[in-house]
Amino acid sequence: MMEQAIATYREEAGELLSELETSLLDLEETPEDTDLINRVFRAMHTIKGSGAMFGFDEIAAFTHEVETVFDMVRNGKMTVTKRLLDLTLKSRDHISALLDFSAGAGEVDRSIGDELIISLRQLLPQPESPPKGSSDIPAIQLPPVSVSELADEITWRIRFRPTRELLLCGTNPISLINELRALGTCHVVAQFDDIPLIDNLVGEQCYIYWDIILTTTRGEDAIRDVFIFIEDDCEIKIEMIDSSGLIDRDQGYKKLGDILVERGDLSPVEMQKILMLQKRFGELLVEQGIVTPEKVQSALVEQQHVKGVRQERSAAPQQEAAASIRVPAEKLDQLINLVGEMVTVQAHLSQVSLAGGDSTYIAIAEEVERLTNELRDTALNIRMLPIGSTFSKFKRLVRDLSQELGKEIEMETFGAETELDKTVIEKLNDPLVHIIRNSIDHGIEMPDVRTASGKSSVGTVFLGAEHSGDSVLITIRDDGAGLDRDTIRNKAIERGLLPANSEVSDKEIYAQIFAPGFSTAAKVTNVSGRGVGMDVVKRGIDGLRGSIGVDSVRGTGTTITLKIPLTLAIIDSLLVKIGKEHFVLPLAAVEECVELTREDIRNSHGRNLANVRGAIIPYIPLRKHFKIEDSRPDIEQIVIADIHGTKVGFVVDHVVGEHQTVIKSLGKMYRDVKGISGATILGDGTVALILDMAILLQSAENLEAAAV
Amino acid sequence: MAKLIMTADDSASVRQMVAFTLKQNGYDVIEAVDGRDALNKLNAQKVDMLLTDLNMPNMDGIGLIKGVRAGTLNKFIPIVMLTTESQDSRKAEGKSAGATGWIVKPFKPEQLIAVVKKVLG
Repeated sequence: MMEQAIATYREEAGELLSELETSLLDLEETPEDTDLINRVFRAMHTIKGSGAMFGFDEIAAFTHEVETVFDMVRNGKMTVTKRLLDLTLKSRDHISALLDFSAGAGEVDRSIGDELIISLRQLLPQPESPPKGSSDIPAIQLPPVSVSELADEITWRIRFRPTRELLLCGTNPISLINELRALGTCHVVAQFDDIPLIDNLVGEQCYIYWDIILTTTRGEDAIRDVFIFIEDDCEIKIEMIDSSGLIDRDQGYKKLGDILVERGDLSPVEMQKILMLQKRFGELLVEQGIVTPEKVQSALVEQQHVKGVRQERSAAPQQEAAASIRVPAEKLDQLINLVGEMVTVQAHLSQVSLAGGDSTYIAIAEEVERLTNELRDTALNIRMLPIGSTFSKFKRLVRDLSQELGKEIEMETFGAETELDKTVIEKLNDPLVHIIRNSIDHGIEMPDVRTASGKSSVGTVFLGAEHSGDSVLITIRDDGAGLDRDTIRNKAIERGLLPANSEVSDKEIYAQIFAPGFSTAAKVTNVSGRGVGMDVVKRGIDGLRGSIGVDSVRGTGTTITLKIPLTLAIIDSLLVKIGKEHFVLPLAAVEECVELTREDIRNSHGRNLANVRGAIIPYIPLRKHFKIEDSRPDIEQIVIADIHGTKVGFVVDHVVGEHQTVIKSLGKMYRDVKGISGATILGDGTVALILDMAILLQSAENLEAAAV
Repeated sequence: MAKLIMTADDSASVRQMVAFTLKQNGYDVIEAVDGRDALNKLNAQKVDMLLTDLNMPNMDGIGLIKGVRAGTLNKFIPIVMLTTESQDSRKAEGKSAGATGWIVKPFKPEQLIAVVKKVLG
């Protein structure tokens, strides 16, 4: 582009030079002709101006001398003489030579140029103004691009009162204010007190002026540059009012009155008068008509702006220091334990105070309950950690395993910021390793197989986490071959896990992969296939009171969803009673409670089925299951729960109500007891067992199967 | 929609350079070879901005600025003068005629764009 413009300039200069020659010759005959004088001046001017634009500095500098003389002539300070015309014609020839020379043609004698300059200057009437060369061609006054970034952060008070005619010269004050905004933190208050009554209002005039409080590191020049085109005819007052470089500064800021006096909006005498009245200063000023509401507002904005900036400055280092503290995990565990004890004691307190019926104590007990709940949530929250750190470990696993197997696999993660109890995250590690290993080994196909089936040769393992109520859903998805429904089914029937010829859903078939020792792998690899693994997953997730869902589409991929409760320490539960014993059922799975009468039992002819609004729901009589001997009441209760998509009832004597359950483990002795996941201490100090509904259901199913 | 800018200059090379720079930065450009040409075009067409040289034949930049401000169609547009000298008298003359700002020649394309962006807001 520049080359094109340069070529255009050569052409243009050539034309101007020949025009110049004609004009000069004509001027010799009519030396008073101002039109001719102007033409000469313009030609020189363009040769100079455009020359400088395109790098013809020597031409520009020389032409400037001739132009200076003709500017004098044009302004009537000199007359056209024979000598001037001679010199100008010679100058014209010299410019022409310079132009040719710059194009690589001919020679140029610079001494001619120097002599011409001297002679031309001698023609000038007054004592010579300092010689001007190309270096004197004024640099453009543009906003300097940047000021040191390390500069102090300074708060400026700017009053921008434009001339009334501002709009008539095409300046948009709003865009100037926006330029200021771009410099830093900025508050703007418009002042309207110059607006005349409507009869005197001229629509094209600008009556509004602005108070701007700006905090920036860019310095005063940057602010002045915003107003560069209008600073001569507008009132622009820029004052420094605060600086990060100021030492010994408190977080407060000047009083409203001081600001107004400083700005000249209020006199000190007026201020004193108002202060005597002992009311809110700003309100009084406005009430008495001394200062307009906008001016007061503007001063208030300044006050708040500076206070805010100062607070931010002083708070920043402190915040960083206090953002996190490191505490040993045992201390947290101890805290959770204490909170657990507290919850238990609080339950006791509520129970006792309710029994006592004294409203004062009941009120106190309720308050304690509320606070305890908050304390519990806060304490549990402290132990929450983002699951992301675990995720990144798996990236390494995927990378290493895929290399070992010669597969190309990428891992994508989602929801790394999802928080889970620290102990839960630790216990999730093994199950996730097994699931991901399986996806890589059995799920994702070899690159050539993938390409043949129209997939990208690079397989993807997706690992995601998200909150869902009081649980976290962890999704492990691969875009591999998917599970082979029929092979799993056959294998399961072969191993007696599923009855032959039975109608089972896909989900139930897929669930078989979690059975101990189950493997459909044709050959054992280093990675997986020995049939150890997926049952580990199941046990691990059960231990976390979580559930597993499997979904798979042959040829497209497999999705395994783990639903994990947020915490293991304290859960919401349903307290029930059978005989004299209390039991606790995790509330998350409970759907409803219905009555079970003796008549219902008679009607079901010895089968444990209840009719709940037309739906037949199997139930487990817990009294029978736990071999509790004393007589059952006439009306029992069925607690209906949803366990991995299956509705099942648990028959109890009474439903006591919702209960905050602090989970206590049963100790090593009882670790293998089926159907009990822990215990809790009730308000009156008795122990209630926490039922594992999923295991109870499974053992009931096993019993049923054995009976058949 | 791209903003439309008029460049009025009797120097073809400057016009060429200005037009090219503006177009490269996404503006639409119309050119005028002197003040009279510019004013005629501005009386017929709404533009977003005018960049004008001061020394032009037929009608100079000052005359052009006054003409635009006296008209209606483009009365309030920003007008930037391309001056060769930084002489305050000339600048002040342009300012009082109603110019919004100025650029001193020689200038670089990025300086031109900075000023255009500034006055167009």
